[in-house]
Amino acid sequence: MNQIIHIAVKEFKDYFISPIAYIVIAMFLIITGWFFFSTFFLFDRADMRNFFALLPMIFAFVIPAVTMRLFSEEMNIGSYETLLTMPVSFIDIALGKFFAAVLFTFCMLIPTISYAVSIAMVGKLDPGPVIGGYIGAILLGGAFCAIGIFASCLTRNQIVAFIIGSFLCFALTIIDKLLFFVPGALTGVVGFLGADSHFQSIAKGVIDSRDIIYFLSLMFIGLFGTYLVMQERN
Amino acid sequence: MIQVRNLTKYYNDFCAVDGISLDINKGEILGLLGPNGAGKTTTLRMLTGYFRPSSGDIQVKDFSILKDTLKIKKLMGYLPESAPLYHNMLVFDYLDYVAGIRGLNREERMKRLRELADLCGLSNIMHKPVHELSKGLKQRVGLAHAMMTDPEILILDEPTSGLDPNQIADIRDIIKRIGKEKTIIFSTHILSEAEATCDRIVIINKGKIVADDSTISLKKKAEKGSSVKLSLSGADPEKAAALLRQIAGENEIRKLESEEKETVSFEIKTSDDFDLRKEIYLKIKETDWIITELFMESKSLEKIFRELTKEN
Repeated sequence: MNQIIHIAVKEFKDYFISPIAYIVIAMFLIITGWFFFSTFFLFDRADMRNFFALLPMIFAFVIPAVTMRLFSEEMNIGSYETLLTMPVSFIDIALGKFFAAVLFTFCMLIPTISYAVSIAMVGKLDPGPVIGGYIGAILLGGAFCAIGIFASCLTRNQIVAFIIGSFLCFALTIIDKLLFFVPGALTGVVGFLGADSHFQSIAKGVIDSRDIIYFLSLMFIGLFGTYLVMQERN
Repeated sequence: MIQVRNLTKYYNDFCAVDGISLDINKGEILGLLGPNGAGKTTTLRMLTGYFRPSSGDIQVKDFSILKDTLKIKKLMGYLPESAPLYHNMLVFDYLDYVAGIRGLNREERMKRLRELADLCGLSNIMHKPVHELSKGLKQRVGLAHAMMTDPEILILDEPTSGLDPNQIADIRDIIKRIGKEKTIIFSTHILSEAEATCDRIVIINKGKIVADDSTISLKKKAEKGSSVKLSLSGADPEKAAALLRQIAGENEIRKLESEEKETVSFEIKTSDDFDLRKEIYLKIKETDWIITELFMESKSLEKIFRELTKEN
């Protein structure tokens, strides 16, 4: 447990030592801010539905950029060897890095609370969907972090890790919009795999155990995959 | 302390380490020698638990590397080749992080970091980012990393490669100082280094052990069979050769090209310990030739190494 915290703290600090954190956060805020507020006044509704509607698509590209270095960089400079020869288990390493990435996602979302505050000042904002949206955003971010970490441990090249990661996240985001290509019998199953619909149902303010289990199992699959790859490499 | 049994590692079809067995005792400084690609690093990586052996086992104390990897890792400090560190961290932050992962609590950590800074000479660079350090300094940070918990076993992979002579001397000094109470295994391809620091030398080639002996007896073996070199000024080459033939008996005499004028040089190879220098001197004294050079060259470790690891 202690080791997980040490690794998580170290990785989290690392983001802010290099300029990566500031660049990623700035990009995220500019993109979400632009897409959200450029149409916000046209709809004339005091809610954040458009913000949360865009979030999965933006996360699909931003989060793999956050996670791409977690394993690839270590393998590239060789510090992976130093890390693995210290008394830490594979699970400690994977979880430590995962928590650091989730914490970073959390930090990235904090400034967007100002959107909610400013909307609440100009109109009557219903807090339910907003709170649900943030809970969903953390769950979605966690799931994408796990997938991004899995992509990162596959390769020592950060760019390849980013491409694999965003491909997987993007596929999960759009899969439920491609249902008309899928044979009728499978639409139910394939539709359930889509991250977007699960996220949107939480963002409506309805916290359904199916959606939570979906995101938790995505996290588990991503981290377990990471564990298997690490073991295979050894 | 450490028992290695039939250790084998395959990379796909390539056999990097082929059935190595070794017993390493407590307090020994063991030098692992071999040409590049002989399997030194792979062997060390298996010892540290970074690689899983394809077959065979390593026992450290009563733990097996296959089952109790974490317990063994706790007993060991490891410095990988060329000390890969996190580039963007400060030296202090890095060592503090390592101390945390290794389970030292806050007060112990500060105390240990001070000790290590003194031991490895890091006091002046604690506040610098790792990527600004020279290779020698990085190596010292790596050494401090390896010694963090004062482990019983230290494994160092080519700790002096790429360093300048002063830095090499520094690192050797540190190794000798800590080697008094610890078991140290290190790999190198510099023979004089192994000779100067190790109690025991293991030479591997193509994944197999080709020599395993204490440094002293390996050197003794090497000295059997030496050669005497002799240069004479003002001597007639024919007569000198005849005279040497009397002394040398069965042994091989070779005339060498001389660099100086009016000087003849010979090399006499002997197969046993017998020292010919005294006799040569006494015989030459009777003539009016002048000895400008007379010395015995013992077969060095280098020669043994080359014989054992030659390609053919």
